[in-house]
Amino acid sequence: MSEEILSVENLQKSFGGIRAIDSLNFCIPQGQVKSVIGPNGAGKTTLFNLITGVFLPSQGTIRFSGQILNGLKPYRIARLGISRTFQNLQLFSNMTALENVMVGKHPLTSAGLLSTGLRLTRMRKEEKYIREKALEELSFMGLETKAELEALSLPLGEQKRLEIARALATSPKLLLLDEPAAGLNIRETEKLSQTILKIRDRGVTVLLVEHDMSLVMGISDEILVLNYGRMIAEGRPREVQRNPEVIGAYLGEEAGNA
Amino acid sequence: MKRKDSYALLVMAVLIAIFPWIVAGNEYFISIVVFLGINSIITMGLCLLMGYAGQISLGHAAFYGIGAYSSGILTTHYSFSPVMAFFLGIFFSALVAYLVGKPTLRLKGHYMAVATLGFGEIFFIAFNELTPWTGGPSGLSGIPALRFFGKTLEETAYLYLVWGFVILLLIFSLNMVNSRVGRALRAVHGSELAANAMGVDAARYKVQVFVLSAVYASMAGSLYAHFVTFISPSSFGLMPSIMFLMMVVVGGAGTIWGALLGTAVFTSLPEYLRGLEDYEVLAYGGILMFILLFMPQGILQRMQNLLNQMKQRVEKSP
Amino acid sequence: MKPPRSFVHVRENSLKMSLTSQIIQFLFSGLNVGSIYALVALGFTMIYNATSIINLAQGEFVMLGGLIMVFLTVFLQIPMYLGLILTVAAVTLLGAFFERLAIHPLRNASLLTLIIVTLAGSILFRGIAMFLWGKDPYALPPFSSSKPLHLWGATLQPQFFWVLGITGLVLLGVWFFFNRTLIGKAMTACSFNSTAARLVGINVRKMVLFSFSLSAAVGAIAGIIITPITLMEYDRGPLLALKGFAAAVLGGLGSGGGAIVAGFLIGILESLGAGLVSSGYKDAIALLVMLIVLWVKPSGLFGSAEESELKKF
Repeated sequence: MSEEILSVENLQKSFGGIRAIDSLNFCIPQGQVKSVIGPNGAGKTTLFNLITGVFLPSQGTIRFSGQILNGLKPYRIARLGISRTFQNLQLFSNMTALENVMVGKHPLTSAGLLSTGLRLTRMRKEEKYIREKALEELSFMGLETKAELEALSLPLGEQKRLEIARALATSPKLLLLDEPAAGLNIRETEKLSQTILKIRDRGVTVLLVEHDMSLVMGISDEILVLNYGRMIAEGRPREVQRNPEVIGAYLGEEAGNA
Repeated sequence: MKRKDSYALLVMAVLIAIFPWIVAGNEYFISIVVFLGINSIITMGLCLLMGYAGQISLGHAAFYGIGAYSSGILTTHYSFSPVMAFFLGIFFSALVAYLVGKPTLRLKGHYMAVATLGFGEIFFIAFNELTPWTGGPSGLSGIPALRFFGKTLEETAYLYLVWGFVILLLIFSLNMVNSRVGRALRAVHGSELAANAMGVDAARYKVQVFVLSAVYASMAGSLYAHFVTFISPSSFGLMPSIMFLMMVVVGGAGTIWGALLGTAVFTSLPEYLRGLEDYEVLAYGGILMFILLFMPQGILQRMQNLLNQMKQRVEKSP
Repeated sequence: MKPPRSFVHVRENSLKMSLTSQIIQFLFSGLNVGSIYALVALGFTMIYNATSIINLAQGEFVMLGGLIMVFLTVFLQIPMYLGLILTVAAVTLLGAFFERLAIHPLRNASLLTLIIVTLAGSILFRGIAMFLWGKDPYALPPFSSSKPLHLWGATLQPQFFWVLGITGLVLLGVWFFFNRTLIGKAMTACSFNSTAARLVGINVRKMVLFSFSLSAAVGAIAGIIITPITLMEYDRGPLLALKGFAAAVLGGLGSGGGAIVAGFLIGILESLGAGLVSSGYKDAIALLVMLIVLWVKPSGLFGSAEESELKKF
């Protein structure tokens, strides 16, 4: 049995009077691809924001390989090995594709103000390393030819892949993907499926928020279903697919097929 | 540093080296270029803060003043050596920048802008009120000129001193900007949320670059004090702060070279406007407005665009 | 820029007055100068609510109000009531032009650009004022008599009451406008949700223009009523704007009522500080208050933290 890389206990988040996340309990075994699905407003992105430290839990604990994440700042959490992409892309608009990915190498390097200003040898070696590794990630995502282009000049599909490349550059143990298939066509989505599986093969655990059912059903080891901030089902894709509550809440009153 | 930068630096160094010879030792022209150098130090630092890290400071003249008054007061009233005073000025500036910067850089956009306006104004008031040390509104005079092995540094020598600083700081800044730190700063500017998510401690970098820009300004202040030997609060108030901002933004807020260009434009401008004293403020406002409305990306970008357009036209012609 | 000028003119008398009389004196002058801060803060709030912009040229509206009034009534000898109407009209027009020519074209530009454009506007206005009026301060005759009244041991100029009275009228008028007229309510709608406002047919562009014009008018009135007491010169704007902003932030940016209360509070604090502690640093008082509020509780006294999280810049 593989150990849990992320465990969420009794998680709750309220904004004023609204409970965005309520009594959430789940865990993710290492090496798994787990998907979170649910209607809009179910709290999926809030969950991501809680895990990455953007929001502070109102109650409950989030543990990453045993370490409590509550109260840690986002950059700290990133350095512990959790990385993410964003639902509405947050690329660095003022940089090239390669530079975007190079920023991902930040937590793994250490040259500071002085050593970069004075261009010390150690820093120069680091720069070479950063550049090489960043190019590797770009290649992994199939973007090596776009390295020197302005990030925002790329088509949407490539921008989304770029964000994943950037997140991978931090060498995460857990990767959070927030609706990576949004806006992609069928071919691109299929390619994305392959990519996520390749990422898993690298040893990275993946937590995925998605609306695209074919993607979710195709690659997930487990699925978590949220509605109104609460979990209404958790299990293997087949089980969840047949769960009447899930069907009712998410797919509509008619028993549909995914 | 990129190759382009190295060439530009070399050209600049050569120009500065031969400048006194070109103007046949004319003190007036030389002193303008000295001021240009002093202002460039400030705007380089401000550019790192605004152009790269994407923050705003509308009160930067305060740090310029802290450096100038530290050098002035310590060497005049307390007989410190200029070098000691220089470093103490840097220390005070850095300290103030850290204390003020930490809470201020947490603020967003407009709030940050006005907060910096506020503390800039507070320092201006302090410079005016601490009369026993600063001489108040009438200023502080008798600041010793700098001596090197017994000889006082005259215009030309001072030119080389100031521009020596400029070139060293320029190299330092360009190195920093084309590195991990520069990318981190630009990431903070591009998307603070994503920067944090990629492990960049945005808050800490913002404060660090703020302190660095204050240190630059302080150095410039010390150099200024020993050059003019008389300083008064009016050089460190609201208009100077706005001027520095304009130099950075107008030139092209994105880059260091843009800031230098803007500095050159705005330092030489008062000389052209000298005859129109009453119109000075009006002219500044008008020029700034014009540039904002018609060249929002700054002069450098506009020039680059024009160059690109010309290049395309040349390439198209048979 | 000249060093700050002391507002309280009765330093010689203060030694002969009892502490309570002094405090009453300072309270009155505090309320007076606070009225101006309240009006400037109101101007900020109106523009901020409609556009999310901080108009750094707000102080110049006050300055121009004072100086134009001087020009009309002192130099051209126009009767006061007419002068008042013409001055407010002129400054309002200026505010409208400013919005049309400088703000509207840049409405999609970055935040930094917008901040700088209002800054540029303020410099431009100051430049025009310096060109037309030079650097000297100008005075307006008080609206009624210049004979001071003696109340509870304090010496008060009748103009004090004009300032408070007119400020009260303006506040009442603005309240009425925003709560009882259709246009005012439309402007309030814009501030909460401009998309929704557009959908119900409110012309957001016009509302933005309106907010600038209204702010300019309010600023001009402030300038007119205070010049008989404090005189007016071309570079009074920036400090007034800063203090007005301090009041707006202290009251909770976006809350008109809060801005007004905070304006009076800061005026009184400043006056008491100047009188009882030191007059040289009195300008720093308001600025320190602003910094402390921004650093500790940016939502101010009357704003909620949640609400300020939601406000965009």
